Amino acid sequence: MSTRTLVSPAALARPRGKAVYWTVFTGILLLFTAAFLFPVYWMLTGAVKSPDEVARTPPTIVPEEWHLSGYTDAWELMQLPTHLWNTVVQAAGAWLFQIVLCTAAAYALSKLRPVFGKVILGGILATLMVPAQALVVPKYLTVADLGLLNDPLAIWLPAVANAFNLYLLKRFFDQIPRDVLEAAEIDGAGKLRILWSIVLPMSRPVLGVVSIFALVAVWQDFLWPLMVFSDTDKQPISVALVQLSQNIQLTVLIAAMVIASLPMVAMFLIFQRHIIAGISAGSTKG
Amino acid sequence: MPKTAAREPVGAITVRPMQAPPPAGDRRRRRLTDQLRAHAFLIGGLTCFALFSWYPAIRAVVIAFQEYTPGSDPEWVGVDNFTRVLDDPEFTAAWRNTLTFTLLALLIGFAIPFVLALVLNELRHAKAFFRIVVYLPVMIPPVVSALLWKWFYDPGAGLANEALRFLHLPTSNWSNGADTALISLVIVATWANMGGTVLIYLAALQSIPGELYEAAELDGANLLQRIRHVTIPQTRFVILMLMLLQIIATMQVFTEPFVITGGGPENATVTVLYLIYKYAFLYNDFGGACALSVMLLVFLGIFSAVYLRLTRSEGEETA
Repeated sequence: MSTRTLVSPAALARPRGKAVYWTVFTGILLLFTAAFLFPVYWMLTGAVKSPDEVARTPPTIVPEEWHLSGYTDAWELMQLPTHLWNTVVQAAGAWLFQIVLCTAAAYALSKLRPVFGKVILGGILATLMVPAQALVVPKYLTVADLGLLNDPLAIWLPAVANAFNLYLLKRFFDQIPRDVLEAAEIDGAGKLRILWSIVLPMSRPVLGVVSIFALVAVWQDFLWPLMVFSDTDKQPISVALVQLSQNIQLTVLIAAMVIASLPMVAMFLIFQRHIIAGISAGSTKG
Repeated sequence: MPKTAAREPVGAITVRPMQAPPPAGDRRRRRLTDQLRAHAFLIGGLTCFALFSWYPAIRAVVIAFQEYTPGSDPEWVGVDNFTRVLDDPEFTAAWRNTLTFTLLALLIGFAIPFVLALVLNELRHAKAFFRIVVYLPVMIPPVVSALLWKWFYDPGAGLANEALRFLHLPTSNWSNGADTALISLVIVATWANMGGTVLIYLAALQSIPGELYEAAELDGANLLQRIRHVTIPQTRFVILMLMLLQIIATMQVFTEPFVITGGGPENATVTVLYLIYKYAFLYNDFGGACALSVMLLVFLGIFSAVYLRLTRSEGEETA
C-alpha cells in the first residue's frame, strides 16, 4: 500500500483519471528516455561507428558497421590503463584515509569527550560554509610547500578534510547508546577495541554511504587533480581525457569517455538501492 | 588493563556497586590519559583539516595582500592585487557570466527538478526505473558529460542541431555562439546534476502526510491549490536549503566552461573560478588569484548569511 499523494486514488481509478495517468506516464517515460538514456546510448554507439559514419548528417541511429577498434585504440593510444590505474589508486587511498581518520575523529568527538571538542566540531562544521573551490589556490600552494605535487598524497590527505562525511559519521555514532560502550569498557575493552568490535560493526550502513561518497568524489573531481598533477603519467582519467581530447579521433575519444564512465556507472547499478537511500536520507534529516 | 568488575548475573536487577572513588591524584592522571587518548584519535583528521581547510582560508587572505611567487619571499603590496584584478576587463565579464549562469541555472535547473519530482511521486509504475535513469547522468564523470555535450553542440554533425532540424526548428550555434554559449553550459550542468535534486525532492514529497491532501480535497481544493497550499509549504525548508546549496555550487562552476568553451567565445563563458585558475596557472599571479578567491569567499559568505537570516523564520516553522 502506498500512502496518499497529491492525486487521490479515487481520482486515478476513474476512467478519465486513468487516461490522464497513462498519458502522463507515457510522456514522462519518453521524456526520460530521450533526455537521460538516449545521450548515453549515443555515446555507447558513437564509439563503435566508423569515423566517417560518426560525422555524417543526418546521423545513423543504429551503427551500420560495428568497429571495436575505437575501444582498443583508446585503450592503447590514450594509455588508458595507466590513467585508470592512477584513478583507482587515488580513489582507493582517499577512501582508506577518509575512513580511518574521519572515523577515528568522529568517534573521539562523539564518545571520548575531548576538551575543546565543541570548538573543534564547530571549526569542522564551519568549513561547510566555506565554498571549497574558492580555496583551491591557497590549498594548492600548501600542497606545493609540502612537496606533494604529483604525489597521490595530494589527493588522499585533503580528502580527509571532508566535514560532511565526518559529521555524518559523528551523528551516527551519537545514536549508539553510551551504556553499550560502558558495558564493554567494564569488560576490559580499550577505546580502540570498542571502536573496532562494537562501534564499527554497528555502523555498517553509514560506513557504506561514506565509502560511496568518498569514491565518487575522487572519481568525479577535475579541477583539483588538474592542478596538482602536471606530470602526465600521474594524471587520473578525468584530467587525461581533457588533455588528450584535442588531438585524437572523435570515435577514439568517445570510446575513452565510455571507459572512463563505466566504473562509476557499474558501481551505481550494483549499489543503486543503497546510493539512492543514502541521498534521500541525508537530505531529509538535514 | 585488569578486569575491574565481573559480569553481573543476567536478569538480576542490581544497582552496579559503586567503586570507591580513586584518590584525587589518580583521578587527575586518569582524566589526563583519557584526554590524551581522545586527542590521539582526533589528531590525524584534525591535521588534515588544519592543513587543507583552515590554513588555506587564512592564507588566501594573507596572500591577497602579497606579491607571491612560489620559491621566493613574499612581498607586502597592500591592495595592489585587488586594484589590478578589478581593472582587468575579464573581471567584469567573469562576474557577469557567473551571476548570469547562476540565475539561469536557478530558472532552468531549479523549477524542472521540482516539477519532475512532483510528477514522479504520482506515478505508480516503474518507479525504480525512473529513479535510476534520472540519476544516471550524475554518475557519469563531469568531464565526460562536458565532452559529450561538446560533441552534441558541434555545429556540423552535432546531435543538438540534428534534433532541431528533425523538429523543423532553426539551428543554433550553441556553445560556439557568443550569445548562446552560456545557456548551453547551463543545459549541460542541469542535465548532469538534476538527478540528485530530483531524488532529494522525492524524499521530501514522500514525507508529506497524506491526510493533509485528503483534508484539502475535502475542503474543495483543486490540484493547483493543493500544490500551493500543501505541497509547497510542506517542502519549503528543503526547497530553500537546496536553492542555497545550488547557488553556492553554481557560483563555483569551472569544468563546463573549461572543457566545452575554454572561456570563449569573446569571454562569454569566463567564470570567476576560471579566472582564478587563469591568474594562478597562466599568469603565475598567485596574489591576484587569492584576491579573487577572497572576493568570491566574501560574496558567498555574505550571501549565505543574508539568505539564512531571511529564511530562518520559515525554516523554524516547517522544520
